Amino acid sequence: MGVIAPNGISIEAFEQALRNGVSGIKHLPELEALQFACQVGSVPEISEEIKNKYFSEEALRTMSSYVLFGSVAGIQAWLDAGLELPGDSIESVDWDSGVILGSGMSANDLFAEKIMPYTNAGNVRRLGSAIIEQTMNSAPSAHVAGLLALGNQVTSNSSACSTGTESIVNAFERITSGHAKRMLAGGCEGFSPYSLAGFDSMRVLNRKSNDNPQAASRPMSATASGFIPGCGAGILMLEDLESALSRKQRIYAEVLGGAVNCGGQRGGGTMTAPNSTGVQHCIKAALAMSEIGPEEIDAISGHLTSTMADPLEIKNWTLALNRNGKNFPYINSVKSMIGHCLGAAGGIECVATVLQLHKNFLHPSINCEDIHPEIAGLIDEDRIVRKEIKTDNIKIMAKSSFGFGDVNSCVIFKKWAND
Amino acid sequence: MGTSETPISREAVQAKVLEVVKPFVKDTALLETITDKTDLINDLKVNSARFIDILLDLEDAFKIQINDKEADSILTIGDAVRIIMSKQTHN
Repeated sequence: MGVIAPNGISIEAFEQALRNGVSGIKHLPELEALQFACQVGSVPEISEEIKNKYFSEEALRTMSSYVLFGSVAGIQAWLDAGLELPGDSIESVDWDSGVILGSGMSANDLFAEKIMPYTNAGNVRRLGSAIIEQTMNSAPSAHVAGLLALGNQVTSNSSACSTGTESIVNAFERITSGHAKRMLAGGCEGFSPYSLAGFDSMRVLNRKSNDNPQAASRPMSATASGFIPGCGAGILMLEDLESALSRKQRIYAEVLGGAVNCGGQRGGGTMTAPNSTGVQHCIKAALAMSEIGPEEIDAISGHLTSTMADPLEIKNWTLALNRNGKNFPYINSVKSMIGHCLGAAGGIECVATVLQLHKNFLHPSINCEDIHPEIAGLIDEDRIVRKEIKTDNIKIMAKSSFGFGDVNSCVIFKKWAND
Repeated sequence: MGTSETPISREAVQAKVLEVVKPFVKDTALLETITDKTDLINDLKVNSARFIDILLDLEDAFKIQINDKEADSILTIGDAVRIIMSKQTHN
């Protein structure tokens, strides 16, 4: 796995931050200078040392932040899977490995810094050759493919906040259909005020906690007031079981199955709100593909963005699983610590889900001391993880993501205990 | 470098050209045996898609403009030095 999260830019650092409930949300001076209503957010910081380790001077001169985050996380995941960085010859191409690495908002940073001003000044000749490969929608996957000599499918999906989780479902399908042995899958998102401006204008960001950044993202809380924007990347290496066993590398978890769908923006669903029937269909489809019953879900890593949608998400889970009160699975939200990383969210949160299964813990969902009364009416408060729980009883976890467009995705992970 | 008052020597121009070209050359050892005839793409293996970036960097380094016809004529290190030298103004 590879992760560039606002509260940890390595798997080890991210795990510790999750366990300890460490927030990566800070005051962002750029947003204050531009008079955003929400002036806090989370942005991972990649050191010059890491940049210079993986990228040439030439490559770093024109690099969009989502390509940077996605590329570093991709390399991390590749190396973590026990594979080596490839050489330059055609023999290095790995025809059995591919990547699906998408984003929600792509390269607004470079668009604003370079494309728009140079073009409007009648000076397009000064843009240089690297702009297109940094700003095309498939930039992150294309870059990872070049760094790792990938020869299978290389593409960037996009389904808003569902992007990262959807890519994992798609990668799973590619491998199980026999078209690839290994797929890097996840999501990335760069930092740009221009990517966030529309969210601020829609008033879906929390504007009430500028003086207290670490308390601003409050999934499941009675005082949740909007999401906090974030960015970064999270990538899993999915591999065919036979291939993984033959390589004798560590296996973190098993993907039992997953599903994606859309609610059709009907039945209560709109561009920005979910059709509850669609959400429940997606969860049930994921369970069916995984060949497990709803009672086997031990914990849920929710989408849970710290908005008015949180209670509805819990309700949809209770209906899809037919479990409520004390019988509901444990539930937490990574977004409480890192905000909503948009296209990267699903990827980063799937990394968190797998880490919890592999390392026998559940991380706290911070900032929900005051549970939303609707949620308290649906599930027992003790099912909401508010302090780290160390347990090896969590065998199966569900990860869900729901995005603008009324799109849904759900992946079921099982602890790997066969070593 | 290259003000309107002081012409720069050919050696200095070549040194600066090599400095500009260096980030685009994968095997920098090739820069140690440069001649005027060293071809940027065929000998130094510069990615042809990046050629425009080298031209932009040369324009910035020498404060000159290289038009399309001049750009098309630059195949070797010697060509680049020749174009730059021709744009130097003299007292």
